[in-house]
Amino acid sequence: MTDNLPSSVDAVVDMLRGGNYVADRSLSTALYLALKLGRPLFLEGEAGVGKTEIGKVLSESLGRRLIRLQCYEGLDVSSAVYEWNYSMQMIDIRIAEAAGQQSRDAITDNIFSEKFLIKRPLLQALEADESGEPPVLLIDELDRTDEPFEAFLLEILSDFQVTIPEIGTVKAAKPPIVIITSNRTREIHDAIKRRCFYFWVDYPNAQRELEILKVKVPDAPEKLTQQVVNFVQHLRSRDLFKLPGVAETIDWTNALIQLDKIDLDPETVNSSLGVLLKYQDDIEKIQGSEAAQILDEVKAGIAAGN
Amino acid sequence: MADTPANTDLTPGMQLLDRLDDNKLAPNIMHFGRVLRAAGLPIGPGKIIDATLAVMAVGIQSRSDFYWALHAVFVNRRDQHELFDQAFHIFWKDPKLLERMMGILLPSVDGGEEPAPEEQPLRRLQEALSQQQENESDKEEEQEQEEEIELDAAMTVSERELLQTMDFEEMSADEIEAAKRAISHMRLPITEIPTRRYQASNRQARVDMRATMRAALRSGGDSIPLKHRKRRTRPPPLVILCDISGSMSRYTRMFLHFMHAVTNDRDRVHTFLFGTRLTNVTRYLRNKDIDLAIEQVTDAVEDWSGGTRIGESLSDFNRFWSRRVLGQGAIVILISDGLDRDAGRGLHMEIERLHKSCRRLIWLNPLLRFDGFQPKSQGIQAILPSVDEFRPVHNLSSLEELIGALNRPGGPRKQGVQEWLTEM
Repeated sequence: MTDNLPSSVDAVVDMLRGGNYVADRSLSTALYLALKLGRPLFLEGEAGVGKTEIGKVLSESLGRRLIRLQCYEGLDVSSAVYEWNYSMQMIDIRIAEAAGQQSRDAITDNIFSEKFLIKRPLLQALEADESGEPPVLLIDELDRTDEPFEAFLLEILSDFQVTIPEIGTVKAAKPPIVIITSNRTREIHDAIKRRCFYFWVDYPNAQRELEILKVKVPDAPEKLTQQVVNFVQHLRSRDLFKLPGVAETIDWTNALIQLDKIDLDPETVNSSLGVLLKYQDDIEKIQGSEAAQILDEVKAGIAAGN
Repeated sequence: MADTPANTDLTPGMQLLDRLDDNKLAPNIMHFGRVLRAAGLPIGPGKIIDATLAVMAVGIQSRSDFYWALHAVFVNRRDQHELFDQAFHIFWKDPKLLERMMGILLPSVDGGEEPAPEEQPLRRLQEALSQQQENESDKEEEQEQEEEIELDAAMTVSERELLQTMDFEEMSADEIEAAKRAISHMRLPITEIPTRRYQASNRQARVDMRATMRAALRSGGDSIPLKHRKRRTRPPPLVILCDISGSMSRYTRMFLHFMHAVTNDRDRVHTFLFGTRLTNVTRYLRNKDIDLAIEQVTDAVEDWSGGTRIGESLSDFNRFWSRRVLGQGAIVILISDGLDRDAGRGLHMEIERLHKSCRRLIWLNPLLRFDGFQPKSQGIQAILPSVDEFRPVHNLSSLEELIGALNRPGGPRKQGVQEWLTEM
């Protein structure tokens, strides 16, 4: 067995770190369990806290294929699991006719064979790649689809098999690693969650966020990084409609570097606030005196810390 | 996996017994699971096996790994985290302490589970008793109205017809009962909207290739009869926000019955009550038994018949719930008289945000029945410009009109709003 799965929680932490992902130990524990016990991992959290990223990092560090299924309303079997290649089938029927083939069974067997089957993500995920290892299946934003699709997922997630009426049941030799994410725009049914390990991905604390920034934006000056993190942490304690996520923090830091800033000043904050806050009401609330005040507190805090 | 047990033909449970025969951990995890279950978390035997497997996988060297392993199995909603956290720290420190704590802990963490069977008769009994008391205290009020009603009854052809136009506020207990019965049969047939799913159809233009291919084979492949499909339709989600402040108190019970009927009639209905603060009562109203449902709602809501802070409550809704319940193009029904203790402060902004994030915002206002209704209150002036429809709701026929209105496709926006706006 060429199994390269991490063998302890510490190994998971290291593996994620190796893939430039700074994870809490709690998340690593949940992920370790999912890998070890072969269950899906269900990640829920606000937008921009790094849920999708976990799937990507996992596939890279383990050297597995990443199969991503982006969910949307109306996602159905033909775009998530499989579809028959109808035009090819039609042509094949015409050829069979022209060749004078009469046996209906023979035609049926032929056109519903695997060569006319178009495999969509979920079916692909049941197949091992060249090295014989199962892929990483990332089912992204499950809350965007509807309940019928959730119900369909139940069979796949518990038995890792799909039934195609014309062919039969396709079963994975080895179950794929499954990561499911949700932004919680609606509640996912308990039947799905029951089959998974659940983890709520929260905003990181200041120390963790600092580590993330150092890994993700290594060329940012130390002082700026510290200020950015403290500023964002302050914002998260404010009464805002949408709090900035980690993705926004990283974007903002990158933006500030592009602006050649090494030190936050009120003017810069005001003009680049749109990177951090995505609702006009929120921007209006923070811009100006509020931002200046937060900035003062941040700088005072850093000075006191030193 | 490298170090899974070799005897893989055993079920997980048997493996567990095999390996955990001689230690105390498994029984303790089981007890912990049972404690959480008693506190309202949905935990079955399967989860307890999972938890034991999980703990075996991460080991028990580190308390925090142990914590998060159990967390990953037992918690599957964010709001269960708090409960788990408390229970964990108490249980794994001193199980005895927990038993003493449960008494204090339990009332504050109502998981919304079905009450245990032996508890039910008790609840019913209490309810029955309390209702009797209520009736007695109501009697005086009733007597005042009785004469009038008798006269009415002599003149009308049908009791139901009278009820149709009688204001909820003026009803006696009996009439309220009759009205409740009528409401319990009400259905809310909101116009369906097209979804992105398809269903077989005979006349639409889209060809269903899969069905076509199957049909072609059935006929032997000589001809290929085209099969069609069309978009499936489905009613949009519905969110009801109902004001339960003092000024609305006479109507509240009726609306609860109405909301209960609607909630149980269809899926994707979310109900919220607000006075000074917002409470999500969806789960309680899903209870099929109306009396139980209302009792649970009464227990859950702390601000009955107090003041109103519409702006504050809507702001809570917008921040904490709108993204979770309005995601799929919901219709929002706001039931309120628009009388706001905060004099409409911050209200306009919140109602505008609500309006922008839903498919259609319908405001039901019991005050609208008065002939001399003037949109003078600041609350009303703040809300009115942002609603799509403005309707009275004070008697059965207005509820039925509402149902009719929701049944019509679309309809012009700003229905019933324009005339008031010009008066403002």
